Amino acid sequence: MALSRLSLRSNNPFLKPTATSLPPSTRRHVSTDTTPITIETAAPFTSHQCDAPSRSVSTSSAEILSFFRDMARMRRMEIAADSLYKAKMIRGFCHLYDGQEALAVGMEAAITRRDAIITSYRDHCTFLGRGGELVDAFSELMGRKRGCSDGKGGSMHFYKKDASFYGGHGIVGAQIPLGCGLAFAQKYSKEENVTFVLYGDGAANQGQLFEALNIAALWDLPAILVCENNHYGMGTATWRSAKSPAYFKRGDYVPGLKVDGMDVLAVKQACKFAKEHALKNGPIILEMDTYRYHGHSMSDPGSTYRTRDEVSGVRQVRDPIERVRKLLLSHDIATEKELKDMEKEVRKEVDDAVAQAKECPTPEASELFTNMYVKDCGVESFGADRKELKVTLP
Amino acid sequence: MASLLGRFCRKLVVPGSAHGSRMVSTTSCDSEAVKSLNLYSAINQALHIALETDPRSYVFGEDVGFGGVFRCTTGLAERFGKNRVFNTPLCEQGIVGFGIGLAAMGNRAVVEIQFADYIYPAFDQIVNEAAKFRYRSGNQFNCGGLTIRAPYGAVGHGGHYHSQSPEAFFCHVPGIKVVIPRSPREAKGLLLSSIRDPNPVVFFEPKWLYRQAVEEVPEHDYMIPLSQAEVIREGSDITLVGWGAQLTVMEQACLDAEKEGISCELIDLKTLLPWDKETVEASVKKTGRLLISHEAPITGGFGAEISATILERCFLKLEAPVSRVCGLDTPFPLVFEPFYMPTKNKILNAIKSTVNY
Repeated sequence: MALSRLSLRSNNPFLKPTATSLPPSTRRHVSTDTTPITIETAAPFTSHQCDAPSRSVSTSSAEILSFFRDMARMRRMEIAADSLYKAKMIRGFCHLYDGQEALAVGMEAAITRRDAIITSYRDHCTFLGRGGELVDAFSELMGRKRGCSDGKGGSMHFYKKDASFYGGHGIVGAQIPLGCGLAFAQKYSKEENVTFVLYGDGAANQGQLFEALNIAALWDLPAILVCENNHYGMGTATWRSAKSPAYFKRGDYVPGLKVDGMDVLAVKQACKFAKEHALKNGPIILEMDTYRYHGHSMSDPGSTYRTRDEVSGVRQVRDPIERVRKLLLSHDIATEKELKDMEKEVRKEVDDAVAQAKECPTPEASELFTNMYVKDCGVESFGADRKELKVTLP
Repeated sequence: MASLLGRFCRKLVVPGSAHGSRMVSTTSCDSEAVKSLNLYSAINQALHIALETDPRSYVFGEDVGFGGVFRCTTGLAERFGKNRVFNTPLCEQGIVGFGIGLAAMGNRAVVEIQFADYIYPAFDQIVNEAAKFRYRSGNQFNCGGLTIRAPYGAVGHGGHYHSQSPEAFFCHVPGIKVVIPRSPREAKGLLLSSIRDPNPVVFFEPKWLYRQAVEEVPEHDYMIPLSQAEVIREGSDITLVGWGAQLTVMEQACLDAEKEGISCELIDLKTLLPWDKETVEASVKKTGRLLISHEAPITGGFGAEISATILERCFLKLEAPVSRVCGLDTPFPLVFEPFYMPTKNKILNAIKSTVNY
């Protein structure tokens, strides 16, 4: 009892075990143990129009370790992308996800690859979570043929069809009606899959969200709308853009759940709960309270609308990777050195992928005209400046 | 490139070529104080003047409070207060609709859409509400005080959603005006005209020039008339028509063509809707050839409208078909941008083949 009461302290980033934690005899270093263990989330869920799920999350040592590795890999990838952008190897716009890794990783733990995910332009880590390869990600960022969208999409348009990842979208909020449409199709197929539609606190004020929500609720679609509330719509804080910043309640007649998005186990629990709910009762909104360390994009220093103290404060108290590290250490699942070694491995993985991606060729010039229509018009451009065009109509 | 830009922007009388001196800009500037400004600073100055001279004018949009993503609204919130310069939530349809309402009550609403690529949620409001308000109410109501500003055009690496040129969609809507400046001095004068024009105006700003273009801009309050095209370079062999950032590229092509003995006349349309047909017609009747260039895709681009109109008016005077050197018919690409763009060489080739037709 005393232990669980300790976990109620809101400023305590530690995840305290309940009475059913691991007995000493089965604790191993760098555990690959898949025995189920239960861990309580640091903060309770707040719910709207539904019963909140339990705070006790069923997981295993192996799973928590995989969380650590996956999040470390995502973090490293974003930092590498930062350097590549500054070196002008990545052009265009680059929106980084570091700080929000727990969301991508926790969600994956609760769902299958048949469930669909659709998100905004901050999609690098979501792509990785869906099983994307680092080298495909870096190739796409640098506009190489090896990239997941053949080098034609860039940072904002990562897709992975075989993992039901319906990609990154540049126009804010445009993915929401699209995602509800995916859920509609899933309902027809009767395969018990759901769609997670991710959007930000900025997009939460778009009219199309409410249009899509009404239709999804009317037709009981298995759509889970996930508001990644990182508190800033580019440069505008939520208190200045939303009359009601309780995004999980904005669905009114649609149930909602507020989740600590920096706690990977809470995210997993919420997504699991949401999937079960959506398959039975239709749409639900998950508001993930999260934070991004970088600015909105690489063109935004991220310091004109928030203080550096705020950013470093969140990094010290709420960083998702650090929380998992403390959890692993306190449960004796791994030692400090093992975790550091793991981070080194991840770093090497990322560096290798970057080097490999740099070697990849850019797409052919003729690719400029392909994939506009199913049967392209066979346009070819030639001449010194590609001014001459030859078009063969179908 | 930068030095050519500088030469292009300066409105002084340049020592003439064999064809006489170049026409000076229609704005008077000689005795007034001028300052070397880039495009975003010129626009910023125009906004300061607009808010200063009309106490019922407002500037709002996404992130304009801290100065905006391109610094065009710097200092406005501090100077005029949060009641007149404020951020809106992320909803273009709401922003423009709200602006129409404000304008309908007799205010001047200067609305910013962060990138022209995002203007489409507001398209219904612009086309169905703003453009038709005066007409359908029999002149009882209007939203003439509405000005919508949006950065448009390629920036070198913008990709699909930070580089579009959507001007053609809006040129198809009677009831609104579409204005595109080519340089800092033009931008300040045209923006002040647009804000004060008693009709709703969509004002596209070439984002590539925000920092790149630097020019001597008069510090006082001045306006450049709308719907008046300007011949910025005189010639006799072929007329080139363009607007915005594309004019810099076209002028480079004109200089290259001159080395090969072709004399090019270059016209800045400035206002696309309603456009100055007379100036272009007079020029084509003189030269007998027309070339239009714009970044937007060629099919259905505004060049088609210019071509059709000039054909009607100048058919017998034309020596060659009207040439259009425009963006390709693809979504604005990311890695393929250099192939997509209507570059100087493409324009030069077109000039030569038109002249040698």
